[in-house]
Amino acid sequence: MKKRWISLYVENYSGVLAKVAGLFSAKAYNLDSLTVGATEDPTVSRMTIGVISDDATFEQIKKQLNRCVEVIKVIDFTSIPIHRNELLYIKVACPAKEDREEIFRIAQAFGAAVIDCDMENVLLQCVQTEQRNDSLIALIRDNFKDIEVVRGGSVAIESISMM
Amino acid sequence: MKQLKGTSLFVKALKEEGVDTVFGYPGGMVTDIFDELYKEDGIEVILPRHEQALIHEADGYARSTGKVGVCLVTSGPGAANTVTGIATAYYDSVPLVCFSGQVPLHLIGNDAFQEVDIIGMTRGICKFGMILKNREDLGRVIKEAFYIARTGKPGPVVIDLPKNLMVEMGSAEYPKEVNIRGYKPSTGVHIGQLKKAMGLLWKAKKPLMLIGGGVNIARAGALLTQFVEETKIPVVTTIMGKGAIDTDHPYYIGNLGMHGEYAANMAVSECDVLYSIGTRFSDRVTSKISEFAKNAQIVHIDIDSAAISKNIKVDIPIVADAGEALAAMLKYNKRCDTDEWMEIIRGWKAEHPLGMKPARGVCPETVIEYINKTFKESIVVTDVGQHQMWTTQYLELTKGKQLLTSGGMGTMGYGLPAAIGAKLGNPDKPVICISGDGGMQMNIQEMATAVAHELPVIICIMNNGYLGMVRQIQELFYSRHYSSVCTCWRKGCDTKCGGPSSKCPPYSTDFVKLAEAYDAMGIRVEKEEEIAPAFEKAMQNTKGPTIIEFIIDRKDMVYPIVQGGKPLTDMILE
Ligand SMILES: Cc1ncc(C[n+]2csc(CCOP(=O)(O)OP(=O)(O)O)c2C)c(N)n1
Ligand SMILES: [Mg+2]
Repeated sequence: MKKRWISLYVENYSGVLAKVAGLFSAKAYNLDSLTVGATEDPTVSRMTIGVISDDATFEQIKKQLNRCVEVIKVIDFTSIPIHRNELLYIKVACPAKEDREEIFRIAQAFGAAVIDCDMENVLLQCVQTEQRNDSLIALIRDNFKDIEVVRGGSVAIESISMM
Repeated sequence: MKQLKGTSLFVKALKEEGVDTVFGYPGGMVTDIFDELYKEDGIEVILPRHEQALIHEADGYARSTGKVGVCLVTSGPGAANTVTGIATAYYDSVPLVCFSGQVPLHLIGNDAFQEVDIIGMTRGICKFGMILKNREDLGRVIKEAFYIARTGKPGPVVIDLPKNLMVEMGSAEYPKEVNIRGYKPSTGVHIGQLKKAMGLLWKAKKPLMLIGGGVNIARAGALLTQFVEETKIPVVTTIMGKGAIDTDHPYYIGNLGMHGEYAANMAVSECDVLYSIGTRFSDRVTSKISEFAKNAQIVHIDIDSAAISKNIKVDIPIVADAGEALAAMLKYNKRCDTDEWMEIIRGWKAEHPLGMKPARGVCPETVIEYINKTFKESIVVTDVGQHQMWTTQYLELTKGKQLLTSGGMGTMGYGLPAAIGAKLGNPDKPVICISGDGGMQMNIQEMATAVAHELPVIICIMNNGYLGMVRQIQELFYSRHYSSVCTCWRKGCDTKCGGPSSKCPPYSTDFVKLAEAYDAMGIRVEKEEEIAPAFEKAMQNTKGPTIIEFIIDRKDMVYPIVQGGKPLTDMILE
């Protein structure tokens, strides 16, 4: 079992997201993350999908997606250099001054931005790979009781230069 | 620019697609379309008595003619009733275009009267589905629906038509061409792979062809037969592949699988190269996967790349249409030395030939043998259960004969309506339906359709007073706990009944009277010598359907049987 990434070009009309998501639930594939948005061509959307699967199931997933009339193209990111990031928001309750300073230090270390705060709360925004976001969440969860996490799911694109 | 009402373009589209028969059931949201069809003389509209049966009728029509079956139902309950039929067609790759009426666009989402999200409901059981959102897309959407349904791996397509768009004026254009960027059915064959695959065959000592429904759908039986005759490689079939090569062909072994023939299951288990075409290796075919063809290198040719390596690991995958692949194979074939291998197979055949034990009542095998020798060019349609398995075992399929059966879904209630559809598509061929006392009741109302259209379908009910297929499983694997399988059961019967006895109440539907109630002919057959006269009477009844009810032994079994999860060699033979 391994985490893998694929990208789909799909038709941009209603029902397509349900079709793709429904395929994963109907066939009991382990969907980890799915994002979707329009592309430069408004009739085409692009999805970035993270799945956890073994090799054989992953092959099936790609074939099953390819089979959907609504799916224009499936790209397997396994051996393609890509940029991939996820947007993460963490709101941390830290009424004590030293706690707030600790949060600022953590934010700096992780390259997260403080985008909002008052004397009680700090809101961090972090655009990183989902693993780095995982670590940031883990670190904050271990040190602060009252936190709120919202994650956007990853988006990815092929890189320009061979990385 | 000339303008047309949506309904007029709809009818024009059907005509351009060459549609001459529509299976339709009216209702509020499709009345405009029916009104347009009323004015059109070139399209016959068949009125079934239930929308599930409607889809099965279109399905039987499509399977037997190779044309796309066209369905038209109203919104809400009409659409919802089609679900089982659509799933049945999907699992057996039957090309259908199902149009459903829908409430006007501005009412969608309001929980309007008879509003259901039929596209959502059928998303996982059709090849493609969409709701029309603009009148201007109507022509293109219909064109694409027919194209998707019949090309590649065929399947049902569902198109939802909001009422307001169907009465709107708009373009009169019906497109000539299709271009769907996400749908390019595969064509051609990878010759390199094919040569590799055939290389395996030439080296094999015990080569075997496994033929699935894909070969029948591609209507490639003649190519297969030629290939087999030139190479001398023996053939087993799945239920859906049966008939691809004549069943009396010397190189045909039989069906494999859960109720497959002993020799066929042994051959798959012992072969060293398994060359499969047009099958998805369903669990009913393979049984325990890890033991399936475990001595063999496996070639798998299928039009659906997702079918390859889904259930079993294959050594040489080839994505291609069965007909195209067979045509290409004929260019590279050579004679194999299979004499010794055939000797072994013949040994297995002799060791455990198929055959039912004599029992009380009429023997189903004898009935099917009568059908074999009486109806030369014919279509046999089954329902689902023991009678279906006996048919797949004993029915002879030679040139001009066809078997229609619900293989992938195993939908009870399929038989009668599918036979009606087959007869509508093939008025000159005898159509025989073989059903059970259970399944016959699931779409019995279609007797009215057959009578209305004066369709001389011969309906054989194998009445064992049981949901026999389930009863058999309970007898073998559930300590004879006959739980909810007796169709003779009456209040007052022992709830822990251990099997039939002289105290059993009679089967509580009188099928002969029921036939008469529908203004059809009904005959009951209780003795073997009554079989021939009953069929003769039925054949003389050319103006409508005949039910022949065969009273068979309540305890008849289907053998061999492989218990789910056991290897194919683990057959219970009697
Ligand atoms: C719609 C549907 N419901 C339930 C089943 C499960 N099932 C398979 S065979 C069978 C019994 C069929 O009984 P009958 O029609 O009398 O045929 P027999 O097996 O007795 O020949 C049942 C209940 C099914 N296949 N389809
Ligand atoms: Mg029965």
